[in-house]
Amino acid sequence: MERKKTGILRRDFVKGAAAAAGGIIMTPLVSNATTSTYNSSVDDTIKIALVGCGGRGTGAAVQALSTKQNLKLVAMCDAFEDRLETSLGNIMKQEGYNADEKVAVKKKSKFVGFDGYKKAIDMADVVILATPPGFRPIHFEYAIEQGKHIFMEKPVATDAPGIRKVLATAEKAKQKKLNVVVGLQRHYQTNYRELMKRVHDGAIGEITSAQAYWNGGGVWVRPRKEGMTEMEYQMRNWYYFNWLCGDHIAEQHVHNLDVVNWAKQSYPVRAQGMGGREVRKGKENGEIFDHHFVEFEYEDGSILSSQCRHIKGCMNRVSEFLHGTKGRASTQGKTSITDLKGNVIWSHRDRDDPNPYQQEHDELFDAIAKGEYKYADAENGAKSTMTAILGRLATYSGQLIEWDDALNSDLSLMPKKFAFDAEPPILPDSDGFYPSAIPGVTKVL
Amino acid sequence: MINLLKRLALFSILLITVFSAFGQEEIPFEPYEQTIPNSKISFNMTPIEGGEFLLGSPETEANRKEDEGPQKKMAIEPFWMGVHEVTFGEYEVFREAVLDVNEDGSEYMGAGGAGVTRPSPPYEDPTFGMGKYGYPAASMTQFAALMYCKWLSEKTGVFYRLPTEAEWEYACRAGTNTAYSFGDEVDSLDAYAWHYENCNDTYHKVGEKKPNPWGLYDMHGNVAEWTLDQYSEDFYTTIEEGTSPWAQPTKLHPRTVRGGSWNDDPDALRSAARTESSMKWKRRDPQIPKSYWWNTDSPFVGFRIIRPKKQLTPDEMMEFWMKVLDEG
Repeated sequence: MERKKTGILRRDFVKGAAAAAGGIIMTPLVSNATTSTYNSSVDDTIKIALVGCGGRGTGAAVQALSTKQNLKLVAMCDAFEDRLETSLGNIMKQEGYNADEKVAVKKKSKFVGFDGYKKAIDMADVVILATPPGFRPIHFEYAIEQGKHIFMEKPVATDAPGIRKVLATAEKAKQKKLNVVVGLQRHYQTNYRELMKRVHDGAIGEITSAQAYWNGGGVWVRPRKEGMTEMEYQMRNWYYFNWLCGDHIAEQHVHNLDVVNWAKQSYPVRAQGMGGREVRKGKENGEIFDHHFVEFEYEDGSILSSQCRHIKGCMNRVSEFLHGTKGRASTQGKTSITDLKGNVIWSHRDRDDPNPYQQEHDELFDAIAKGEYKYADAENGAKSTMTAILGRLATYSGQLIEWDDALNSDLSLMPKKFAFDAEPPILPDSDGFYPSAIPGVTKVL
Repeated sequence: MINLLKRLALFSILLITVFSAFGQEEIPFEPYEQTIPNSKISFNMTPIEGGEFLLGSPETEANRKEDEGPQKKMAIEPFWMGVHEVTFGEYEVFREAVLDVNEDGSEYMGAGGAGVTRPSPPYEDPTFGMGKYGYPAASMTQFAALMYCKWLSEKTGVFYRLPTEAEWEYACRAGTNTAYSFGDEVDSLDAYAWHYENCNDTYHKVGEKKPNPWGLYDMHGNVAEWTLDQYSEDFYTTIEEGTSPWAQPTKLHPRTVRGGSWNDDPDALRSAARTESSMKWKRRDPQIPKSYWWNTDSPFVGFRIIRPKKQLTPDEMMEFWMKVLDEG
């Protein structure tokens, strides 16, 4: 019964995807796990391409290869050859799978530079998109056009035009029944799933307010080296440039904002807030702020108070709190629900939970191998990313910003041309410092 | 002139280094308070006399595991031990260059002046919202704990390190042969230890519970503590009685952690209980390579330091750090 159902779904999927890809005949995808009578011949293999070979991309590729499906990493792409080679070296070194069997990345399937993604994507059935987020809309659009299933990292864009491109592409992915998983891994994390089940069942009543935090000490800085063009410097040090990163409110804090959206089952309608560069303001820190405090308002008037900070020596906190008419929920420490008097009515011990980063790949590749269409994360990924961008527009401008105005903005952060000798959209002054937003002065719409 | 003064200053620093640093100076074998130079942070050390003790647990002990035997009589050299687990306040001086300064407020650049290798930014918040100042430092790898010891040794001129597994158990037992240093009664545990049932899902400030007979706090529970040893289930079958054993690590995991934690049930807090580290403690680190400094999934592991009474010579110390930190 189970197998028959799967078989039908699989045929539907193959047919649908092939038609959508313009009549190109798709490689049949058959799980080697369904029955032992299937041999894992080359034809059954799910082929993977990794686009963006940094630490996270490498991690995602390793997690994909660690699933139990019959798959092969066939192509890799990065702007930089050294990053690609380091990543491949690390993938080959990892335990838990037979790298010699699972990795088939040859000289002619390594693609370096800004345009390599197309050739890498063309070679695969499933694509892992893990470059800096600024490139995500372009890569996602191309991969869906080519009929590929997707694992892509968050955030999924850095500006409104990028978000709209991802939303439009998400629609196409749905039509083509292509699975898309976004690396907002809390959706694949047991304690969050258990909590949300209860919250959506009314365990804390109506949510009237929430708090979300990613307060930490900040991230790496990569030094400027002799002979680097400005474009190369920004690409290497991408965290500190908005066109690439979106600021840390998008790059990290999107996780926590997304959790509250998930709980609310909606997205904010407006936001206002404050932020700036209080401590971290060197030449090496590009243009992004070191702190943001934003109030997001939902349609029903409930408020999400959001803090994110990159300042050393301060209180650290990465978690979410929900306040409802009947109780409260917290993901700080042990995930729990309390009544309004603070008595714990439910909590979850996460000691033996699976790794959510592995779980998202396990579920994605299981669906793909069975020919099932189960995951459509891109729309939520785009809207939660948009939530973070809305917050950034609010702190940069110091104004009250409406969701619709923000989403419909035509202000693009991206360069006109992608090349190492091209001019990036932001340049340092004569002393080497980058201009950054000034609340009350900077226009964001 | 200025150059000459600088050279004189440098020379006197070198003199101080040679004569007072690296443990050449004998101090009375008594409790003392160590201030981290040029900070307001200090910690307390207490002397642990050397002696013989029975390592491991008898087969009759409740909840005993196979790896706690066979019991063997070991001989331990004297050392001072941290009265408390190392706190985030102490660890922070090492972690943050702005806090780690010379007398004139400039950044401390290490004994050789070439700079200090400091912990990388953690992926998430290593306190997991459980508290920072006054609370035990947690979530670091054994490498990071050892790097702290090395830094502290250079900075203070005193050789500090992690205890071996045997030294740790000797200090924890404090002359007792019972399951806990206060006896066998689990009912008494709440007075001495933070464990899963009484901790409210968090570690607590160091020193809130009763100490063991030798004045050491939180040996049972709160955070589990890194030792110097590689973990192996049959370690005790391989060691010779009358020695002070050390299972020198040759691979990253498993290594031995002792004392149990706030996240454990009482049986894991017993004096003889042994816990092994694993890659699972980094499972939510999304990057490859994963952090050398931080574990994303062990907010229940910290450490405590010792100062061997017999200090190492500078050469021996260099050899020691190379031995314990060489993990590629």
